[in-house]
Amino acid sequence: MPSYEILRVIWWALLGVLLIGFAVTDGYDLGTLMLLPFVGRGDAERRQTLETVEPTWEGHQVWFILGGGASFAAWPLLYATSFSGFYVAMLLVLAALILRAVGFNFRSKLPHPRWRSLWDWVLFGGGLVPALIFGVAFGNLLLGVPFHLDADLRPIYAGSFFGLLRPFALLAGLVSIAMLTMHGGAWIAYKADGAVAQRASRAVAGAGVALIVLFALAGVWIAKGVPGYALAAAMVHDGPSNPLGKTVSVRAGAWLANYENFPRLAAVPGIAFVGALLAIAFARARRDLLAFLASGVSVAGVIATAGVTLFPFLLPSSSNPGSSLTVWDSSSSRLTLFIMLIATVIFLPIILIYTGWVFRVLRGRIRLAELEPHDGTY
Amino acid sequence: MIDLHVVDLSRLQFALTALYHFLFVPLTLGLSLLLAIMESVFVMTGRTVWREMTKFWGLLFGINFAMGVATGITMEFQFGTNWAFYSAYVGDIFGAPLAIEGLMAFFLESTFIGLFFFGWNRLSKVGHLVATWLMALGTSFSALWILIANAWMQNPVGAAYNPVTNRMELTSFYDLIFNPVAQSKFVHTVSAGYVTGATFVLAVSAWYLLRGRHIEFARRSIAVAASFGLASALSVVVLGDESGYTATANQKMKIAAIEAMWETEPAPASFTVFGLPDIAARRTRDAIEIPYLLGLIATRSLDTPIPGIDELVRSGEQRIRSGMVAYQALQTLRRDPTDAAARATFDQHAADLGYGLLLKRYTPRVVDATAAQIRAAGNDLIPDVPVLFWSFRFMAGIGFYLIALYAVAFTLAALRQVERRWFLRLALISLPLPWIAAELGWIVAEVGRQPWVVDNVLPTFLGISSTSPGQVWLSLVGFVAFYTTLAVVDVFLLLRFIRRGPPPAPLTIDRTHAFARPGRRGEDRAHAQL
Repeated sequence: MPSYEILRVIWWALLGVLLIGFAVTDGYDLGTLMLLPFVGRGDAERRQTLETVEPTWEGHQVWFILGGGASFAAWPLLYATSFSGFYVAMLLVLAALILRAVGFNFRSKLPHPRWRSLWDWVLFGGGLVPALIFGVAFGNLLLGVPFHLDADLRPIYAGSFFGLLRPFALLAGLVSIAMLTMHGGAWIAYKADGAVAQRASRAVAGAGVALIVLFALAGVWIAKGVPGYALAAAMVHDGPSNPLGKTVSVRAGAWLANYENFPRLAAVPGIAFVGALLAIAFARARRDLLAFLASGVSVAGVIATAGVTLFPFLLPSSSNPGSSLTVWDSSSSRLTLFIMLIATVIFLPIILIYTGWVFRVLRGRIRLAELEPHDGTY
Repeated sequence: MIDLHVVDLSRLQFALTALYHFLFVPLTLGLSLLLAIMESVFVMTGRTVWREMTKFWGLLFGINFAMGVATGITMEFQFGTNWAFYSAYVGDIFGAPLAIEGLMAFFLESTFIGLFFFGWNRLSKVGHLVATWLMALGTSFSALWILIANAWMQNPVGAAYNPVTNRMELTSFYDLIFNPVAQSKFVHTVSAGYVTGATFVLAVSAWYLLRGRHIEFARRSIAVAASFGLASALSVVVLGDESGYTATANQKMKIAAIEAMWETEPAPASFTVFGLPDIAARRTRDAIEIPYLLGLIATRSLDTPIPGIDELVRSGEQRIRSGMVAYQALQTLRRDPTDAAARATFDQHAADLGYGLLLKRYTPRVVDATAAQIRAAGNDLIPDVPVLFWSFRFMAGIGFYLIALYAVAFTLAALRQVERRWFLRLALISLPLPWIAAELGWIVAEVGRQPWVVDNVLPTFLGISSTSPGQVWLSLVGFVAFYTTLAVVDVFLLLRFIRRGPPPAPLTIDRTHAFARPGRRGEDRAHAQL
């Protein structure tokens, strides 16, 4: 069995892999839905747009479910504190995800234009709300969240829903929306044809520029304004998972510590920028597959940047910094981390193989001229 | 201090959302396997009516599946949003099967359901059949891991309390997944799902036959449903009995409460078919009993006594006192982890720590509990007897009724005489029964677990989040409004597509080679126009 320290680092990385898997796959589903009312004019074009994601969004959503399940299993305190603390926000995400699921299924089941138009806007919300809230949540991680742990390690949250809507967090929400809109646009441009693909590729350029500007702005804000968190003294990396009893300092610029200690890490946000620039360039040249891949790389870069900046913090506490959850003191037991690692090593490659196979089976563009007369079967 | 108002609201919300989710799950379990069976017949015989059956029942399956998945996300969120202390206290064990469910099962069913609907023109016959089977397999695997997680709440094996992290930690993964309660629960629950799927197909087909519509289609559907349903209905009851047997070993109070058995009876105990449990007087009035039966079901022997509620409360009070000692030693250990004497005392009483925690409802310090408080905590060990007593009897009654129904259905199908109107009417009105039984089964299992969220380890009221009552009210009202709207739309769409029925299709035989891939969609249409 690997050491407790190694297992913790692996599970920190795996949590990142799952989040990136979610953002790179389901992220384009969310982006497609955010673009749905704008790239698709008239029912046929909207159905064409939807059909680019209908066969696969359900599988993609599991990345998110699995991210939740894996944090429950590997980082129970993180799961417990964040889900209960972000109570109203989480329930909004939940409502959006439920509406998205039934929206995909119900929308084309009746022919009435008003029925379909209603569901199109529901689906738009089903893309926008999760994209916004996930971004705001990441912004709050960087700002720190008002919670503490009592002597029984019961997480006690002192904030409110509106307390989450701080300026930097809202900026992070906009980064998320721009990023996923770019990604969704790149997908539609690759997967649809005609006017829909044309409009989508223009959206890639617009959203890509917005992402670059907003992401850079967030970076400057992190460096100059947002107070960062740092461990006041070195921690043991293989101790029991009890976050109490450590000292954490809060000062502006502390979030840059990892980049100062390991300058090569600057490549991580660099990837986000380069990916976005390439996605814009390829989209303008209508090299659709390349634009989509570049956009996926950019998405991965943005999420990895958040993880690398926070490390070793998972959830900093603004009201009681000593209660902050870190990689070294809020994981599951060594045995659980090890068993979950084995399960992941076995099943993740299998998942990637059959997901790839499904992707291959469904290859080719969804052409407007070939859209089947919809009989509501899905 | 624990806000009991939040406890009640959180429990109500969890129960409502779980019961709602469980309206969709059994049908998903049953229909997915029936689809795989129907499509297998199509691939083997080439008769296109079987493909039409797969597609039509698949359409109804899809409407149901969307709701099942969507409401399932609520369940996964809710452990974190409303039961944060529970999640932190047992996530080390409970989280693992949930995560593995995602890795092994949920990914599989969710990925292949896309190919089930969109793969008809893109895959060979066998290729599509494989996708359908993988989807069906995924749903049953999913049930397996969820029930492993649930079984751990009923019978927490393979775990130990760690005083430094103040939580339960995994000691044996093998014990967790081979928990005897998990095995019997899994087979009982998936069989119940299969019966639900079969009954849905049976009742809708019976309605077509009563209306004289889609005759060939409905006859064949009934034939499949009858044989599949009979096998499943038998296994639900037989394996439900296994559930009762395993529960006896670890949840004696659940068995005693289901039986409303206040006093320990000399072995072998009798089974109360009917009676009126009177909580205040602690006895069951007007009981009609079958001698020996309970002893046989619960212990499979003639000489093992089954303890009654009163005796279990008395022994529970002993464990509460022992739990107070454990709690006291734990506080000492927290101040000084090297205190060997406290460590020894704690280890000796650690198994009763959960019983000590029951006192937190009355005194936050636990160790200063009065005799009256200990008695009150002891009485808390009794779950809601009338609810359990009646839920169990209605569930079991429906189980036996369904065996009879399927025995008749199977016989008539074998004699090719399913079109008897009395039978078709009976099949139609039986439609809601498997759902009612499934919901009652959940109630028996989870109300019977109270006052524990994890049996003997963590009282339910300690498991909640630090949310305010206002927040939980908001979400509860939101769920009720939102879920009611969705249910109306869902039922409306289901009825609409059931009324429309399968497309009229001539009975033909598709002689395409099973492994041949259909042409691209444009070519298909060109052929169709020729």
